[in-house]
Amino acid sequence: MEERPAAEAGAVIVTRALTKRYRGGQLAVDGLDLTVPAGSVFGFLGPNGSGKTTTIRMLMGLIEPTSGSARVLGHPVPRGARAVLPRVGALIEGPALYGFLTGRDNLLRYDAADPTADPRTRRTRVADALERVGLAAAAGRKAKAYSLGMKQRLGLAAALLQPRALLVLDEPTNGLDPQGMREIRSLIRELASDGTTVFLSSHLLDEIEQVCTHVAVMARGRLLTQGPVAELAAGTRGRLVVTTPDTADAARVLKEQGAGDIAVADGDRVDAEPPDRDLAEVSAALVRAGVRVRGFAVERASLEDAFVALTGEGFDVAG
Amino acid sequence: MSRAEPGVRPGAGHGEAGARPAAEAGADAGPRASGPVGTVAGPPRGPGPLWTLGLFRSELLTTFRRWRTLALLGVLAAVPVLVGIAVRIETGDGPAGGGGHGDGPAFISQITNNGLFLVFTALAATLPFFLPMAIGVVAGDAIAGEASAGTLRYLLVAPAGRTRLLLTKYATTTAFCLVATLVVAVSALTTGALLFPLGELTTISGTRIGFGEGLLRALLIALVVAASLIGVAALGLFVSTLTNSGIAAMATTVGLLITVQILDQIPQLQAIQPYFFSHYWLSFADLMRDPVYWDDLLRNLGIQAVYAAVFGSAAWARFTTRDVTA
Ligand SMILES: Nc1ncnc2c1ncn2[C@@H]1O[C@H](COP(=O)(O)OP(=O)(O)OP(=O)(O)O)[C@@H](O)[C@H]1O
Ligand SMILES: [Mg+2]
Repeated sequence: MEERPAAEAGAVIVTRALTKRYRGGQLAVDGLDLTVPAGSVFGFLGPNGSGKTTTIRMLMGLIEPTSGSARVLGHPVPRGARAVLPRVGALIEGPALYGFLTGRDNLLRYDAADPTADPRTRRTRVADALERVGLAAAAGRKAKAYSLGMKQRLGLAAALLQPRALLVLDEPTNGLDPQGMREIRSLIRELASDGTTVFLSSHLLDEIEQVCTHVAVMARGRLLTQGPVAELAAGTRGRLVVTTPDTADAARVLKEQGAGDIAVADGDRVDAEPPDRDLAEVSAALVRAGVRVRGFAVERASLEDAFVALTGEGFDVAG
Repeated sequence: MSRAEPGVRPGAGHGEAGARPAAEAGADAGPRASGPVGTVAGPPRGPGPLWTLGLFRSELLTTFRRWRTLALLGVLAAVPVLVGIAVRIETGDGPAGGGGHGDGPAFISQITNNGLFLVFTALAATLPFFLPMAIGVVAGDAIAGEASAGTLRYLLVAPAGRTRLLLTKYATTTAFCLVATLVVAVSALTTGALLFPLGELTTISGTRIGFGEGLLRALLIALVVAASLIGVAALGLFVSTLTNSGIAAMATTVGLLITVQILDQIPQLQAIQPYFFSHYWLSFADLMRDPVYWDDLLRNLGIQAVYAAVFGSAAWARFTTRDVTA
């Protein structure tokens, strides 16, 4: 497995045959080879129970791999965890807070836990982090009085106490309202443009599509694929969609024009695999045949299509 | 990256607050794309030597801001007040106050002559159960409570470091032993001074000592009582590393405490009783002898040291290797 040194030189996370079997026998992660390039926003995608959180726990040194190895920012984990973790911000399986402390005091405590965090700048950094996630106004309230979304924001603030080289976010938009989700996405883009690598786990396909440059897809503890988002989506061809009241005629014309896999759906929609010719000709042919065309478009393959194409099944929890 | 920061003097150091890490992490996140990641090995930053104590300070603050901790201390403070008032009412009816029975030394009969004896009585009354129970709760909750709240994983990725976190937890629990004991002693001294006369006192050996020396011995006794709790603290901390439930750890520790106290009363078990952490607890009364009788006192401290070493190591072995999934 030594054939990829070029790609791995600039990688922030590299795992080799990383495997975790929990006590009790559950094989949660199975031979994972992951390479996260520096500067990427890396989407880690998979259905519930596919091993995303387990992988993140191993990367953060919280659990010991059963076999295989992992390096984060060039250090082996869990052995070198203490050396790397000050430069890593993490949100793992939702936020965890001291309910009897205020939001601000929660952050002060987490910051005090980091022996490399400068106590002289602690208060300023905490205030900045609170500001950044839009919690400044609620900073003095007890965390137990926070809503789910506010807790999530406070958890994110804890990850942003220091400028980080790597952010590991396990389902960061969980529990947020649409406005909050948008804010988090723009925050992620902003951090990424500052050079922070973001490793983002999610089971929300469109979330990954919107913010990520790279993606890896997990299912049942195994890695199905990884690479730039565009490549993955490109691997699955788009569909030609014609909206028309004359579905039968449209289907016939499309067939004559060489389209494959034609499907007529709910009343006024025909979709097909686009033929290998200029689509302008196809639309002209439709019009010539007297088909009343309301819409004519190629729908880009989504990650969801890619995922279904990869797994040959839906986005369901593995047994 | 390994740019050590020599003068960690407060003040003008780095101009804008928070700018220091920004300059570093921000700067090296980008170029890393081209250069090998391996070059960033070595100490990540140049932290000041005292920064690591920030966690201890935070731990103390967090512990003593918990409502539960304050409630425990409140109960401990109330015990001497109740004992003092009871003795006062009892002796108000007639001078023939009972005395003699119960918790080891017969300090209680002397309280009416000298309020200082309320300190000894209160410590003797709380040491068998109230004090160790309070320690058991705090120690049992130390790691398991963080695990059940999920805050443990965030402390560990901060990164607190497992050994450092455990040491901090143990130091805080020990500090709580001292604070709890002092709360009992100070509450007893205040109550005693308010309800009874103060002055010279008679030692168990029958000699008379001045009030000043009496106070000194009371302080010494409080310290010995606090030290007597170190074994329970280590035991509780070990239990705390075994589970992800704070409640379970507290209950187990307190349960063990009660079990050992009961076994310590069964005559058939005499052979093993000297190894119980509570066996020599009441030896603190020997500090009220003249001259002081040291044998049992030292045995007690020795036992506590052994418990601290054994269960401290066990806690360390467990905590530094376990999976933190909660
Ligand atoms: N502490 C644990 N002990 C035993 N098995 C576990 C533990 N945590 C997770 N598992 C199992 O490991 C597998 C992977 O779980 P994991 O939490 O990594 O999934 P995930 O991809 O994060 O899912 P989700 O999207 O629901 O968060 C699951 O089958 C789960 O049942
Ligand atoms: Mg998960």
